[in-house]
Amino acid sequence: MALEKSDVEKIAHLARLHIDATEAQEVANRISSILDLINQMQSVETRNVAPLAHPFDAVQRLRPDVVTEKNEREYLQKIAPSVQNGLYLVPKVIE
Amino acid sequence: MSRRTVAELSRSLARGEFSSTELTRDYLSRIKQFNGVYNAYITVTEELALAQATAADQRRARGEHGPLTGIPIAHKDIFCVQDVRTTCASKMLSNFISPYNATVVERLNAAGTVTLGKTNMDEFAMGSSNETSFFGPVRNPWDPERVPGGSSGGSAAAVAADLCAIATGTDTGGSIRQPAAFCGITGFKPSYGRISRWGMIAFASSLDQAGPISKSAEDAALMMNAIAGPDSKDSTCVEVAAPDYMATLNDSLQGLRIGVPRQHLAEGLGAEVESALQAALKVFESLGATIKEVDLPNSHLSVSAYYVIAPAEASANLSRFDGVRYGYRCAEPVNLEDMYKRSRSEGFGSEVKRRIMIGTYALSAGFYDAYYIKAQQIRRLIKQDFDNAFKDVDVIIGPTTPHTAFKLGEKNSDPVTMYLEDIYTIAVNLAGLPGMSIPAGLHTHLNKRLPIGIQLVGKDFDEARLLNVAHQYQQNTDWHLQRPEV
Amino acid sequence: MVWETVIGLEVHVQLDTKSKLFSGSSTTFGAEPNTQAGIYDLAMPGTLPVFNEAVLRMAVKFGLAIDAEIGRRSVFDRKNYFYPDLPKGYQVTQLAFPTVGKGSLQITLEDGSEKVIGITRAHIEEDAGKSLHEDFQGLTGIDLNRAGTALLEIVSEPELRNAKEAVAYLKKLHAIILYLGISDGNMAQGSMRCDANVSVRQLGAKEFGTRTEIKNINSFRFVERAINHEVQRQIEIIEDGGRIIQETRLYDADKDETRSMRSKEVANDYRYFPEPDLLPVVIDEAYIESVRAELPELPNAKRARFVSQYGLSDYDAGVLASSREMANFYEEVVKICGDAKLSANWVTVDLQGLLNKSDLDISQSPVSAARLGALIGRIKDQTISSKIAKTVFEAMLGNEQSVDEIIESQGLKQVTDSGAIEKLVDEVIAANPEQVAQYRAGKEKVFAFFIGQAMKVSKGKANPDQLNALLLQKLKG
Repeated sequence: MALEKSDVEKIAHLARLHIDATEAQEVANRISSILDLINQMQSVETRNVAPLAHPFDAVQRLRPDVVTEKNEREYLQKIAPSVQNGLYLVPKVIE
Repeated sequence: MSRRTVAELSRSLARGEFSSTELTRDYLSRIKQFNGVYNAYITVTEELALAQATAADQRRARGEHGPLTGIPIAHKDIFCVQDVRTTCASKMLSNFISPYNATVVERLNAAGTVTLGKTNMDEFAMGSSNETSFFGPVRNPWDPERVPGGSSGGSAAAVAADLCAIATGTDTGGSIRQPAAFCGITGFKPSYGRISRWGMIAFASSLDQAGPISKSAEDAALMMNAIAGPDSKDSTCVEVAAPDYMATLNDSLQGLRIGVPRQHLAEGLGAEVESALQAALKVFESLGATIKEVDLPNSHLSVSAYYVIAPAEASANLSRFDGVRYGYRCAEPVNLEDMYKRSRSEGFGSEVKRRIMIGTYALSAGFYDAYYIKAQQIRRLIKQDFDNAFKDVDVIIGPTTPHTAFKLGEKNSDPVTMYLEDIYTIAVNLAGLPGMSIPAGLHTHLNKRLPIGIQLVGKDFDEARLLNVAHQYQQNTDWHLQRPEV
Repeated sequence: MVWETVIGLEVHVQLDTKSKLFSGSSTTFGAEPNTQAGIYDLAMPGTLPVFNEAVLRMAVKFGLAIDAEIGRRSVFDRKNYFYPDLPKGYQVTQLAFPTVGKGSLQITLEDGSEKVIGITRAHIEEDAGKSLHEDFQGLTGIDLNRAGTALLEIVSEPELRNAKEAVAYLKKLHAIILYLGISDGNMAQGSMRCDANVSVRQLGAKEFGTRTEIKNINSFRFVERAINHEVQRQIEIIEDGGRIIQETRLYDADKDETRSMRSKEVANDYRYFPEPDLLPVVIDEAYIESVRAELPELPNAKRARFVSQYGLSDYDAGVLASSREMANFYEEVVKICGDAKLSANWVTVDLQGLLNKSDLDISQSPVSAARLGALIGRIKDQTISSKIAKTVFEAMLGNEQSVDEIIESQGLKQVTDSGAIEKLVDEVIAANPEQVAQYRAGKEKVFAFFIGQAMKVSKGKANPDQLNALLLQKLKG
């Protein structure tokens, strides 16, 4: 299974990764070889097998509707790259 | 004193042979002496350790201690420790000071352990050699030219080189068991859901599980008693209370039914590992166990299925690292997209990026069924294989790894070769079962002794049985007591 | 060419819980930025979600109210995309197995007829934070207080055929949500937000036309305007030989237009997959029954009861039952005055007129149910006439006096003393000989003139029945 450079560019964009044009081919090759490994799965017939998302058939537990968190803004924003007036700053979002 | 097991240290502390402060200082000085060689720690928390040791000594003086009070421990740098740098061995989090504690850390703190520092690992736990760390590779204490295994390589090396008494690790596809095998120590991965994942930085949420990396099965049981059990903060952590793992350590193995997977004895298994395994099986037979072959017919597909499921989950889990609220942000982004792409590309290493790409691809439109759904179907087949095998046996025993520790750089050129290192361990994570690796031999190669590990796999939530089997083995052998010449 | 409009609505309702969907952070509106964003809401590494029980209960409640299939096993999924107000880089939502499946809603059209609109599904999901674009030297500020608040996204079938139907549907949905008490439904604060999928096709065509999605419609009025605008835009394009592009458009209320959101046009691939940090939510019969037992009487049932119990017209009953607060107000008035029909008139005409004029909600009514009930009581026991009652009603707006105090202090009590009324009648007859002559000559219409004069002299206080009888008697005299 060979991935094209253009596939790599598309996936990289979805994942918000920057792939240099010079590395794209090598990345494509490496991922292609991993896909070959992955594609060994296709050798097994699984038509009637239900997908298993979790190792155990447990069910979701519920939490009471209670406020347990307090305002820790100053503490939590000490590790932020850029804040002003309590807001996280990012380059302009254009809509 | 640093060579002793936790159980021994605990007895010594109780007898007043030395204080926790003295013990802690001893470990800290060993770390200063040897960490430059092995690179096992990313961060050493000397101040915190001495404060916790003092507190532990006071607690002991008041008679409020437990078996872990005052025991120096190392945490894999994937566990959040409040007000301590928690990096996941990534540039992305190289400046991240965690604002909270992982449940595992919280419980060990409550038990009175002393945090020596944060251990090195593969970046975001993605690797089997510890070579993907932003902070440089860890070296195997048995042979510094070789890898300690991964991803919990720093924890394994720290325990093997006596740079801590015991350590925490995490295991997504073998990340506790494989480094334990390579470093000649005991590594225990509990059933998925036995230990809270709160505060453990996620790699693959449906596979990740925390566990002890220790010098003996008994030590693993001591730590399990402190960390296992329900947590209201983790929905996937089971609600049943954990048993006392110490209580059954000495149960007899008379009548124990051991299964050996036919597929694990097939081609690819190194002769030295196979002979160590056969020798271990003899020991179990002498203890009253019966051995039979079992079938895990789909085990050869586990690596394939794993390299869809784990990267898929990881691709979403790692989306939060965007340079907005914490972590690395690139310099002077020209716009939002540039900020995202450069922060993530500069912040993540190449293996992490590769896995994000694979996961993104496997989930993308048009491929979801062929990859993600297919992998989950294979996952069910693998689980069913184990269910069938466990109809006839109580534990499954086989090799942990195909061979002993390989050299740094040896398997770097091709990711697929590296991925196949985890061929025996991955299926256990897919099935959510408890598994452990214990030392079962040493292979002498070019004047170096290299440890060999065997893997024990138990039924769902049957951790106590595994610890019992391992402990009995260790009562009758001394492989776990072997140490490298540091 | 005759065009038919096809509309489907996606309504996001912010559920009125104390804490967020998956974390214990507060959901109070209007707090200082990021003071309600805890470590899970900020997507700190290692944090995990735990599902809020109240959210499940509210979703099931809504499902039962619209007769929907309740998902016995619902599954959360991750929807992946990058946006600064989405801290985890994915939104937790429900794709294949929502908590609420197929249901329906009955709406009343302008001509009074009923139409049933299918509801495809209603799923639980997390809200995003807010981006603020002002005052940061060309940067955007991110406030994550709202991030992680529980939403119920209610998706209708494309069965609405014009903007007015869309508004009727939205209003009915709004009423039900308030009836159930699962949201404050405040559109201005964003507790209820609406996206509309709009397309047009030739009347009679089987295939749907290409649709556009209009986002950001934040009031009932804007829904109608935005849809009408979009329909017109689409028809013009097609009639000019153009084609509709499937896209997302933003409604700009200030300019009253929709415009393309080009930044979002880049083909999105959300890469949904089951959220591994959460397990399937399994609901049993007992749980559903426990929620059913909490259901209040819903609009349609209430309307039917108002018709049968109070003898109201279907129309009046419908108006009164349109909101839970209005219905409760009405029933309190009836309880106090004991006259259901009179109460219905006063609430739907006089009070409603007043509220409309001052753009108030029934909850903000300047006249309480108790005072209105007291007023109607005084009409019923003939202390005042209906006409005088309107004067008293006006007076009630300006002060806090009781109805009786107003009647007393302003001397509005009805005159029922027959002697006094007779004196009044005599005066009026004496003062208008010309009209008396006309009446007696057979021009009976003049009678109304005498009533008017007598009422004028009595300042409206004369008992109308007595006045009528006496006047008739004297004029015939």
